[in-house]
Amino acid sequence: MSLDKEQVQHIAMLARLRLADDEFAETVDKLSRIVDFVDQLSAAPTADVVPMAHPLNQTQRLRPDAVTEADDRDHIQENAPETADGLYLVPRVIE
Amino acid sequence: MSAAASGWEVVIGLEIHAQLATKSKIFSGASTAYGAEPNTQACLVDLGYPGVLPVLNEQVVRMAAKFGLAVNAKVAPRSIFARKNYFYPDLPKGYQISQYELPIVEHGELFIRDADGNEKRIGITRAHLEEDAGKSLHGAVEGSSGIDLNRAGTPLLEIVSEPDLRSAADAVAYMRKIHTIVRYLGISDGNMQEGSFRCDANVSVRPRGEEALGTRAEIKNLNSFRFVERAINYEVERQIDLLEDGGEVVQETRLYDSDKDETRSMRSKEEANDYRYFPDPDLLPIEIDDDYIEAVRETLPELPDAKERRFIDDYGLKPDDASILTVNLSLADYFEAVAEATSAKPQAVANWVIGDLVGALKRDSMSIADSRVAAADLAVLLDRIADRTISGKIAKEVFEAMWNGEGSADDIIEARGLKQITDTGAIEAVVDQVIADNPSQAADYRAGKDKLIGFFVGQVMKATQGKANPAQVNELLKKKLAD
Amino acid sequence: MHSMTLVELRDGLQRGDFSSRDVVAGLLERIEARDGELNAFITVTAEQAMDVAGRADDARANGGAGALNGLPLVHKDIFCTRDVLTTCGSRMLEDFVSPYDAAVVERLASAGAIMLGKTNMDEFAMGSSNETSYYGPVRNPWDLSRSPGGSSGGSAAAVAARLTPAATGTDTGGSIRQPAALTNTVGIKPTYGRVSRYGMIAFASSLDQAGVITRTADDAALLLKVMSGFDERDSTSIDHPVPDYEALIGKPIKGLRIGMVRQHFDAGLDEGCATAVREALSELERQGAVLSEVDLPNLDYCVPTYYVVAPAECSSNLSRFDGVRFGHRADNVEDLLDLYCSSRGEGFGAEVKRRIMTGTYVLSAGYYDAYYLQAQKVRHLISDDFRRAFESVDLIAGPTAPEPAFGLGDKTDDPITMYLNDIYTIGANLAGLPALSAPCGMVDGLPVGLHLVGPHWSEETLLQAAHQYQLVTDWHKACPEAYK
Repeated sequence: MSLDKEQVQHIAMLARLRLADDEFAETVDKLSRIVDFVDQLSAAPTADVVPMAHPLNQTQRLRPDAVTEADDRDHIQENAPETADGLYLVPRVIE
Repeated sequence: MSAAASGWEVVIGLEIHAQLATKSKIFSGASTAYGAEPNTQACLVDLGYPGVLPVLNEQVVRMAAKFGLAVNAKVAPRSIFARKNYFYPDLPKGYQISQYELPIVEHGELFIRDADGNEKRIGITRAHLEEDAGKSLHGAVEGSSGIDLNRAGTPLLEIVSEPDLRSAADAVAYMRKIHTIVRYLGISDGNMQEGSFRCDANVSVRPRGEEALGTRAEIKNLNSFRFVERAINYEVERQIDLLEDGGEVVQETRLYDSDKDETRSMRSKEEANDYRYFPDPDLLPIEIDDDYIEAVRETLPELPDAKERRFIDDYGLKPDDASILTVNLSLADYFEAVAEATSAKPQAVANWVIGDLVGALKRDSMSIADSRVAAADLAVLLDRIADRTISGKIAKEVFEAMWNGEGSADDIIEARGLKQITDTGAIEAVVDQVIADNPSQAADYRAGKDKLIGFFVGQVMKATQGKANPAQVNELLKKKLAD
Repeated sequence: MHSMTLVELRDGLQRGDFSSRDVVAGLLERIEARDGELNAFITVTAEQAMDVAGRADDARANGGAGALNGLPLVHKDIFCTRDVLTTCGSRMLEDFVSPYDAAVVERLASAGAIMLGKTNMDEFAMGSSNETSYYGPVRNPWDLSRSPGGSSGGSAAAVAARLTPAATGTDTGGSIRQPAALTNTVGIKPTYGRVSRYGMIAFASSLDQAGVITRTADDAALLLKVMSGFDERDSTSIDHPVPDYEALIGKPIKGLRIGMVRQHFDAGLDEGCATAVREALSELERQGAVLSEVDLPNLDYCVPTYYVVAPAECSSNLSRFDGVRFGHRADNVEDLLDLYCSSRGEGFGAEVKRRIMTGTYVLSAGYYDAYYLQAQKVRHLISDDFRRAFESVDLIAGPTAPEPAFGLGDKTDDPITMYLNDIYTIGANLAGLPALSAPCGMVDGLPVGLHLVGPHWSEETLLQAAHQYQLVTDWHKACPEAYK
C-alpha cells in the first residue's frame, strides 16, 4: 500500500468527504493502486519541459466592465436546501 | 515599555486589500454596488453554480497595471490565475480565484516618512488580483449563520509589502500612502467603513542587530488606520513580553478586538491549511504588451509625491503643508483651484485651506466634495484680503458667514459694512486720539518699550471695529509715536 | 421512421412526408416502450417535446424554420437545461433544476431542435462503463448484459437503439468516442475550445469538450455546425471560423495522408478489433488515402497523465457541491464541518469520491511537483508527439477502444483496468485535438470503432474521412436485432 490510513483520512478531511467504514478500507486499497499507477510518470523524460496547463496556446480575453446580470434570486434559490430572508443558511459558523 | 526603547526590533509587512472601483464583478456581470438586499447581486457565476464559467473584467487589468506603474513596479507581461482551495460558506466554489505564481504586479516601492521625518523606502513585493468572498451573518436565525454572497466576486487588488516596516507608525504611514495612491488613481474608493480598503499585518520582533526574522503572527482584517496602529502596538508588546518571559511566539492568525484593544488567537482549525494552489483551467494567461502599458501610463494622473514636490517648488509651500494638501486629491485640487484664481500668495491660500476650510469640514463631518464654500468663492474672499478691502481677521468672520450660506464674500462685506478703512485721514484721526488717550504708554514706548506698538494697534483696531487697515495703522502709529 | 437519420428526417419533413409531431410522438412511444431495459434516460421531457414539435411544424408551415427545425435529439444529463432536472448522474443533483440553459442546449434549441429527454451517464462523467451512475448502469442494446461504455453511455445506447437519431455528449478522456465504438455509432469530440463549455457541468476543465453521437458522419456534421462557435461566456472558447461541415464532407479523400500509430497495434489490443481496424484502413487506402506509420513515443504516459490532471481539476471543480446553495444536503448535521462531510459523503458515489481524493492528493503540499507539475510536463511531451506526427500526416487512425463492449461488472474491481480502456482516446483530450469514432466492423456480434484524430480545427477532415468511408461501407447501418 503506497498510502496508509492516516494519509487517506487526511485527504478525505481536506476534501470534506465522509467515508463509511467499509468504503474507507476499499478507498485505501484503490487509491493506493491509482497512486502506484501514476507513479510511473516519474520516469518520463521531462527535464527542461515546460508544464502545459491548457491544450491551446491562447491568452485570456477580457470583457467590458458592464453590469449585465439582473437579480434572479428567488428563482435561483428554489434549489437551495435552506434559506431565510434571502440568506443561505448553514449551521452557525464559529469564528 | 516601547519597543524602540528596548533591545527589540519590530518587523512588519502588510497585505492590503483594496477593492477595485469597477461597476461589475471581476468574473461576472453582476453589480458591485454596496448595500443591496442579500444575494440580489449574486449571479450564477458568483454563486458557483454548476456549469458556469468566469470571464475577466478588462477594467481590473487596467487598474492593476495603473497601480503597478504608480509604484514603479514591473507589470508582468504574463500573469496567471490560480485556485486557492478551501471550504468555507462564504466561498461559493470551494476555491478562491487568486494569483499565486506569476502575479500581475511585482517589485514595486514607495516612500514614507518615518517618525523622525526621514524618507524611507518600503518595498512592494507584489500586487495580485483576486475575488472577494461573501459574508456570514450571525444571529438572524437561531443556531444558524446566514450567507450573503453579494460581495462574492468583487475585484480586489492585494498589495503585499516587503517586511520593511519597523513600527506601527511606519505601517500606518505606508498604508496611508497606498490609500492616497489608489484614490489618486481612481482605482479604489478606499472606503474603510464599507470594507473597500483593509489589511492584514504580519508582525514579528527580533533582538536588535539580529538578521534572522522572528516568528510572525498575522493579524487579520484591520479596517481602520487607528486599528492598525493599536493592533500592531498591542501585538508587539505581547510578543516582547512573551519572549522576555522565556516563551515563544507561535506562528498563527490573530484577530484584533477593538473593544478590548487586544489581539487574540483565532480558534485553531481542525487541520493545517493546505490550499492546493494550481492554475485555474477556466482562465487563460493574461498577456500585457508594451503598447498596453504605455497607453496606461498615458492615463496616469500626477501622483502624490510629484504633486507634493510641485507644491513646494512652484507654489513655495512649506513642506508640511504641501504634504497635508496632497494626501487627498480633492483637497489638493481645491487648493490649486483657489491658488490659481486668487491674487493672494499660495502659502496664504494653503493656510486658509488647511486651517479654516478643513476645520469647518471636520466640524461638520463633511468631505471636501461637499464643501459649503466653493474654491472660486474662497478665492474671492482671499482677493479681498489681498486688495485690502478687509483684513485677515475680518475675513475669518466673512468665511464663517459664507460657510453658513449667507452669500458671497462681497455680499457679506457689503451687508455687514466690513470694508476696511483705508482713508489715511480717517485712520490718522483715530491714531491721534488713541495716543492722546494713553500718554503713559506713549511715554514708555518712546523710552524704548517697542513691544507696546501692539497695544496701540489693538486700541486703534478696537476703535475701528477691526476695519482699519493694519499695515496703515502700524505705519501711522510708528510715525506719530516717533514724533 | 425511428431508424431514419437526421438528414433523412429533415428531408422527409421538408417534403411533408410526416410532421415533427409524428416523429416526436413515435420516438417518445418507443422510449416509453424500450428504455426500461436500457436505462438510457434519466428524464424524458415528453410534454415539452410535443409542444416544441407543434411549434416546429407551425414554423415550417410559415417558412421561418431553423437549420434543425423539428429534428429530435437528446442531451446528456451533464448539460444544464432551464427548468428541467439536471442530475449529472449523481445523487448530489437528484433534485437540481437548472435555472439556465447550457450554450449547447441554447444553440441547438434556437436552430429548432427538439429535446426528447436527458440521458444517463457515469456520475459527473467519471467512468468508462456507465456503471458509476446513481441511476444505475445503462445497458448496451447489442447485448443487454454488457456496458455501452461511458461516460456518455446513455446517449450512445439511445442512438444505437433508435430511440433518437442523435444525442449530445461530452468527452474528457474518450467519453463520447468509446461509447460510440461500443454501440456502433459515430461520436465526435471537437477541438478544445470549438464548442462552448458554458452550462456543461465541469469534470476536468482543461480536457472537457462537448460533441455529438449520431449514426452517420453527415448527421454529426449537421449538428456540429450548429453547436460550434465562439461564446463570450467561456474564456476558453475560441473565436475561430466554423466551416460548413456538411458541404465539405462530400469531397473524396484521394491523397489524404493517414498515419497508423505503431504502438496502437501492440499487445493489449483485441485481435478481432485489430483485424477490423486494419480492414477499415485498407478500405480508406482503396479510396485513395495514403497510409504510413507514425510514432507517438509517449503514448503509454497518456493514461497516468490523465489520471493526475483530470482528478486534480475535478477535485477543485466539485468543491462547489457543498450542500449550501444547491444539491444534496445531509439531514441532522452537528455543525458546519459535518454538513460538508456528510452532504458530500452521501451525495457522491464511490468513483467520484476516489477521483476527488486522488486529485486532492496530487495537489497537496509535498506532492504537487511530483505528480501535478510532472503530469503537466508529460502532457506537453504528449502534445508535442502529436504535433510532430501531424507534420507528415493529415490524420492519425487506429482503434477507439482495446476491445468490444465488456460485461457489466467485469471491470469494477480494479480501477486501473477500467482506466486503461481509454488508452487510445485520452491523448486527443490532453492535446486538445479533435477526434472521431466511426463503426468499422463486428467481433462476435459486437461493434468495433475506428478512431481518427486530427490536428486542431480539422473537424471537417475527420468528418470527411468518416463520411467517405460510410459511402462505401455498411457497418454504420448495422442495427441490434431487437431494435430494428
